[in-house]
Amino acid sequence: MSDLLELRGLTAHYGDFQALFGVDLTLARGETLAIIGANGAGKTTLMRAITGIARVTAGSVALDGRQIDRLAAPDILRAGIAMVPEGRRLFPSLTVEENLRIGAHARQGNGFWTLERIFDLFPILRERRSHPGTALSGGQQQMVAIGRALMSNPSVLLCDELSLGLAPVVIKEIYAAFPTIRESGASIVVVEQDIGQALKIADHVHCMMEGRITLSGRPQDLSREAIHDAYFGVSHA
Amino acid sequence: MSWADTLAQGLLLGGLYALFAAGLSLVFGIMRLVNLAHGDLIVLGAYLILGIGSALGISPFLAASIALPVMFALGWVLQMALLNRVLGEDILPPLLVTFGLSVVIQNGLLSAFTADSRKLPIGPVEAHSLPLGPVTVGVMPLITFGSAIAVILILNWLFYRTALGRAFRATSDDAVTAQLMGIRPKQIFGMATGIALVVATIAALYLGARANFDPSIGPARLLYAFEAVIIGGLGSLWGTLAGGLVIGVAQTFGAALNPEWQILAGHIAFVAVLLVRPRGLFPRAQD
Repeated sequence: MSDLLELRGLTAHYGDFQALFGVDLTLARGETLAIIGANGAGKTTLMRAITGIARVTAGSVALDGRQIDRLAAPDILRAGIAMVPEGRRLFPSLTVEENLRIGAHARQGNGFWTLERIFDLFPILRERRSHPGTALSGGQQQMVAIGRALMSNPSVLLCDELSLGLAPVVIKEIYAAFPTIRESGASIVVVEQDIGQALKIADHVHCMMEGRITLSGRPQDLSREAIHDAYFGVSHA
Repeated sequence: MSWADTLAQGLLLGGLYALFAAGLSLVFGIMRLVNLAHGDLIVLGAYLILGIGSALGISPFLAASIALPVMFALGWVLQMALLNRVLGEDILPPLLVTFGLSVVIQNGLLSAFTADSRKLPIGPVEAHSLPLGPVTVGVMPLITFGSAIAVILILNWLFYRTALGRAFRATSDDAVTAQLMGIRPKQIFGMATGIALVVATIAALYLGARANFDPSIGPARLLYAFEAVIIGGLGSLWGTLAGGLVIGVAQTFGAALNPEWQILAGHIAFVAVLLVRPRGLFPRAQD
């Protein structure tokens, strides 16, 4: 597997507050990567820095060998990175179908994902296509947000806190779509507080704390204790 | 003049006010920008039509069709070069900048065209009228009214049926998330102001055809337009049409009672509507 996305020494600030401290991370083609960590660990900032919403103050982001960290957010989307933002952020003035179609706003040419394929992935959205996006349940809104990101046919799909505020049965339903998304050719990064879910779907897990990656490895190689310690910042030293 | 006549005249005048207001409504709906130079841009459009018409020796209608793309380009450049720089959380900078722009346009027109009143020479159609049931209406006011309906229909189609309109609404909802869809908000705003000035140019044609204009009348047109937008409910295009009609009808009824009351009656109607419905007649749900 060759590296598709490569972060080197990524640093980001909110005003004077430094939120990321030299994060190194690679995502191989076809891989699913999970980033776990407590609130305020810098996971969302990391997603925002990759997509150009938060400004990168040092370090680099490369996609397929091309440096993209100086590009504006709309150009990073065009380069092939789409995001399902935290809190879903559907457009309230748009219907479900319009929310999905706007995901393809910048798309050129054909790709795997079409409106019909999104409806096949999440059949409930076909029935609700003319409802306002924000009139749906939380889980259905999350499906729209995922579909909307897929409509750009991204090579990298970033998912920020998919399970936040959703019932376990709904989370399971949403993650059931991931094998299909992987098969479509997208490499995936999920940010999760739900450690169990993250370990289940990921090839690699990184744990973040205070803007740094404190633990990395394959799920099967990481002990529960090591993850617990990295997550909560417990030191046995 | 019968009351039916007065009502008809009021509705037709309201069509003109709706045209003044539609561009303002569009820009406000998309970027929450109140363009205080909107009235002056309409007047600028009228002078542009006049200038093109007399330079090429063509009718104001033909001249307007040349002025439309020119004004679109002006709107786009204005937004990209100036207004995008001041849009943000704070609503004061864009207000100050458009207020300054209003002063600049007025003085620019004054030095270029003097303070003399002008009128667009539209020819014999000005005097034509049609019997319409119990009332008789002028052909030009009727064309103006029809244009207002057409403009609102087209803007609604654009807003709700096209990819550009989808991008307008998404950017208006949440400009940051819109960028994650590959939308460039600044360009979207440039398109919106360009379209607003196209509508302003249509308004300018009927303004100049109906009555005299001079460089100083912009702010009063802005006030009517602003009242129409507020009466209709911010961000609703059909509401803006309704708002224009309310002001037009109020003004003609005021004038029928006493000619001095015309302008005052429009403002009173504005206040009266706000007392009963503070968010306007057709407020958008999420505003």
